[in-house]
Amino acid sequence: MPATDPEHRAAVSVPRLALQGISKQYPAVRANDRVSLQVMPGQIHAVLGENGAGKSTLMKIIYGSVRPDEGRMLWDGQEVQVRNPQEARALGISMVFQHFSLFDTLSAAENVWLGLDKSLKLPAITQRIVQVSQTYGLEVDPLRPVHTLSVGERQRVEIVRALLTHPRLLILDEPTSVLTPQAVQKLFVTLRQLAADGCSILYISHKLDEIRDLCQHCTVLRGGKVTGEIDPRQASNADLSRLMIGSEPPPLQHHQRQPGATVLAVQGLSVAQADPFGTTLKDIAFEVRAGEIVGVAGVSGNGQQELMAALSGEDPRAPAGAVRLFGQDIGRHDPRARRAAGLHFVPEERLGRGAVPPMSLAQNTLLTRTESVGRGGWLKPGAVALLAAGLISRFDVRCGGTGAAAKSLSGGNLQKFIVGREIDAAPKLLIVSQPTWGVDVGAAALIRGELLKLRDAGCALLVVSEELDELFEICDRLVVIAQGRLSPSIATSAANTELIGEWMSGLWDRSNAKTVEAGIPARPNPTPATLVPGAPHAQA
Amino acid sequence: MQETALLLAAALLAGTPLALAGLALLINERAGVLNLGAEGMMLVAAVSGFAVAFGTGSDTLAFIAGAAAGATLALFFGLLVIWLNTNQYATGLALSLFGYGFSAFVGIGYVGKKLSERQVLELPGLSQVPYLGTAFFKQHPMVYITVLLTIGLIWFLYKTRAGLVLRAIGESPESAHALGYKVRWLRLAAVMFGGAMCGLAGAFLSVVYAPLWVEGLVAGRGWIALALTTFATWRPVRVLLGAYLFGGVTMLQFHLQGQGVQIASQLLAMLPYLATIVVLALISRNAAFIRVNMPASLGKPFHPGG
Amino acid sequence: MLKLEPRAQPSKLMALASPVLALVLTALLAALMFAALGKDPVRGLGVFFFEPLNGLRQVTEVLLKATPLVVIALGLSVCYRANVWNIGAEGQFLLGAVAGGGMALWLTTHGIILPKVVAVPLVLVAGVLGGMVWAGLVALLRDKFNASEILVSLMLVYVAQQFVNYLVFGPWKDPAGFNFPQTKSFDASTLLPMLVPGTRLNIGLVVAAVAVVAVWLFMFRSYRGFSLQVGGLAPAAARYAGFSARGSLWLALLISGGFAGLAGALEAAGPLRQLTPHISTGLGFTAIIVCFVGRLNPLGIVLAGILLSMMIIGGELGQSRLGLPNALTGVFQGLLLVLLLACDTLINYRLRWGSALAVRTGAS
Repeated sequence: MPATDPEHRAAVSVPRLALQGISKQYPAVRANDRVSLQVMPGQIHAVLGENGAGKSTLMKIIYGSVRPDEGRMLWDGQEVQVRNPQEARALGISMVFQHFSLFDTLSAAENVWLGLDKSLKLPAITQRIVQVSQTYGLEVDPLRPVHTLSVGERQRVEIVRALLTHPRLLILDEPTSVLTPQAVQKLFVTLRQLAADGCSILYISHKLDEIRDLCQHCTVLRGGKVTGEIDPRQASNADLSRLMIGSEPPPLQHHQRQPGATVLAVQGLSVAQADPFGTTLKDIAFEVRAGEIVGVAGVSGNGQQELMAALSGEDPRAPAGAVRLFGQDIGRHDPRARRAAGLHFVPEERLGRGAVPPMSLAQNTLLTRTESVGRGGWLKPGAVALLAAGLISRFDVRCGGTGAAAKSLSGGNLQKFIVGREIDAAPKLLIVSQPTWGVDVGAAALIRGELLKLRDAGCALLVVSEELDELFEICDRLVVIAQGRLSPSIATSAANTELIGEWMSGLWDRSNAKTVEAGIPARPNPTPATLVPGAPHAQA
Repeated sequence: MQETALLLAAALLAGTPLALAGLALLINERAGVLNLGAEGMMLVAAVSGFAVAFGTGSDTLAFIAGAAAGATLALFFGLLVIWLNTNQYATGLALSLFGYGFSAFVGIGYVGKKLSERQVLELPGLSQVPYLGTAFFKQHPMVYITVLLTIGLIWFLYKTRAGLVLRAIGESPESAHALGYKVRWLRLAAVMFGGAMCGLAGAFLSVVYAPLWVEGLVAGRGWIALALTTFATWRPVRVLLGAYLFGGVTMLQFHLQGQGVQIASQLLAMLPYLATIVVLALISRNAAFIRVNMPASLGKPFHPGG
Repeated sequence: MLKLEPRAQPSKLMALASPVLALVLTALLAALMFAALGKDPVRGLGVFFFEPLNGLRQVTEVLLKATPLVVIALGLSVCYRANVWNIGAEGQFLLGAVAGGGMALWLTTHGIILPKVVAVPLVLVAGVLGGMVWAGLVALLRDKFNASEILVSLMLVYVAQQFVNYLVFGPWKDPAGFNFPQTKSFDASTLLPMLVPGTRLNIGLVVAAVAVVAVWLFMFRSYRGFSLQVGGLAPAAARYAGFSARGSLWLALLISGGFAGLAGALEAAGPLRQLTPHISTGLGFTAIIVCFVGRLNPLGIVLAGILLSMMIIGGELGQSRLGLPNALTGVFQGLLLVLLLACDTLINYRLRWGSALAVRTGAS
């Protein structure tokens, strides 16, 4: 109907939200630099940018969590000052966070109640939750404690909480990083309905395909500044990419290789969950051969962490014979013994696990590289610094020298250092978890390039990633982990996003087995232009 | 029969300061703040309460003084760990060490002075019941107040929105902050309330239980109260019952000595502390159980950021 | 209005200056307290901080008192860097005194006179073992039962105190001691050799110096020491590296218990020469303060140990010369630690004058 068509209304109405010249300075970085933005009523407006572009800061300013240093904000044409989230909610601004603001031990209803300001009673809230769920197709059981919910269900609680405030502007920060492709489509249906009902939507993302699918208008941020505004329905991925990072990312060299002997053989790996909020691994089986990259796809929270811990040795409870490296059972070996056998690991958390934040880069090499430790356990500071210097120059790590504290490096540089540290050890098997989380495009390209080089040199690689595009780009074969179980493997060339999306919901038994065996390609895979790294999200 | 009834009554009396301190720490820890300064707060409150009771003869004023002393120390503690984000363990410890020295200093003039024994409040009707009357219903008013406080805290934590907010803050201060709650002020309120209750506990020790002042009067009850909150998995009723249990163990040593049991008095004096260790070991054994019940942010610093 | 602003990098200058600043603030508050008590503040500060160093004999007393403080604090620094919160060093100290003193007592009462070079090490090793056993209990309960080491080690302090009382009032009481609660005096063969004649300074100082070097080498030049630090700073990184959390727990506690026990034996076979109910004047707790003021660093601990030893002796002098209560020392020590923790924030934050942030409206 013309009356609700956003473009029609835009011609006659005042912007719901207008930002003028917003700036915010942090000690080391200018997060927002004179940003201006306009969101019309009922419009789905994307804010696109790579990591560190300033999107999250801008949203926090709109929502009142952060105060800007300069600039004005206009709501329905009137200037306003939003000093805290309660004032934002009173205006009608609601936010669904990327890192959920939920309380695990409380029920969904209690969580929602805490997010509302009116002193309604809990039973009334529970009623309203059920109503909203049905209206927008977001199934939520109000009485279940949040820690029993899957990641996708938790997001629904967040969205329901936001909807109960009758928002006139809904902000969603990277909502699809925790969803299967099918669940993403369902979310889009909900969002389109909301927009049709008059709610404006600010959609923060780095995923070009989604923005072109869902949004009517897009503001692009780079380095804290607005580099352009564009209608994504009429733009190509290349256009968006150029605005976002200044150029198209360099293509990766992909050589065909014949895989060699089996390096890692996993059979019957079943491990009970260690944490009451964790996932039990059930009968995992797969293998990785020399000279190939196997990718593990899956929505966050389906057992990736537990699988990584079982393979790296941080969890030594694997059954006998379940994990074999070159035929030797390493299931009970600790991480040091596994490294001695040629297995190296890059964990998903950089600070606190892959590196000790207050320690220097030189000291951090000692976590996994003990070649320079003398007999009797004596340290040689000179040799350690030398190793660190070598890594810094070989992997282009921008930092304040070998003595710089790990936490002083940007995400991309620290990741280059950590990945470099493990690659430099000439492993026979390299396991990498989330290789380019929260990493800028340049560093991401370097890391992916290094992984391919390692594979070409004959190393076996296992890559776990929640970015499907990345897996399609660098992996030879794919498996999917869902609820602690592992799918059969499939050649990347034989797979497509829809199939993997189904498998992410655990539905691989239903898929056509013939398709898998014959290796028939179904649809083209995403091109390099869509490959932009996402931001890390919180651990469950 | 009469003896065990008296032992029970003594257990309630001895357990009351533990219960008050335990509840104080429960509120602290529910908000996510670990206060190792309980011992120091109780000591300063004890000497303050004693001084006021000695000087004015009014127990009510003594308890108010004790609560005020506890709350004041808690205020400093709160400013340090909540706003300056100092290490919670070290700061609490520093508070206890300071409290020990400060109370010893202030109490110099009161060492060896005694107060007259306090009157018990016999509940009409109930106190005449055989056995139970002697055991439970002839107590100092503060004992009854402690029970009422426990009930009040249960209602607060589980039936009010404010209590829910407190529990949420202890669970995830970052999420509460993102939703707009004033996490730091609410934590400070919890810490100061806890300080006031520790103050009541300390004053009770010096004004009712002992009733005298010596250096180190509290004798580790602040630490036992900390163990109590873990033992009780952060539930008020369990804190109360656990406190009475420990009170009973404390009284047991005197009871055994009175019975002429041939164990050296010093070894008997070890009982409450050994009991604490045993109980801690048993309850902490199930790490997963503790993790599910413990406020997740306990002891960790909170940075509002931005 | 004063505001705290996070620094981009922690300030190395403040890391060194913060203890000094805390000391200055403590001295200021001390002066205020002296004035409030009706004494001359300058004289009071002089007695507390300068008199103790006035003359050779005084200096040796300071060093004598600093020895156990430094030894205990060195052990605690290893423990705290591993993020194991051993608060019960006082108890481990007492058990070390009991074990070492017990060995000396046994030799004495059985008339076994050995050359000093044999008897003294026997006594010291007994002390180390005594402290290790007491700390080992803490490790066992944390390892097997996940019980908080803070609470267990503290409870064991009270148990240790009662144990000492039990021994000196009971089985170990000197039958010829007029029923005073004390053991026999230890035979001269078991006592620590003297360093400076005419003073009470003994080889404990040498032992402490060796300990300083040993701990520095261990923490900063050995892989095991490195692994303990990683475990304390980032437990997940320690797991990733393959460092055993259990091994680190036991090592940290046994080291700190052993050092505290050694200090106990040094005291028993040194200035005390017998066991009484007053073996310790809270040395184990003062050592915690020494550890923090010394920034968990061996050299810093030496300086802090001397400083706090001066404060203790200053307190005694204040009592005898100015009639100030001895309990003041405890107040100042507690204040020093609290102020140190407060000043430490300046390492990661800086103070700024500024109005509360407001959205400045500007031309669009």
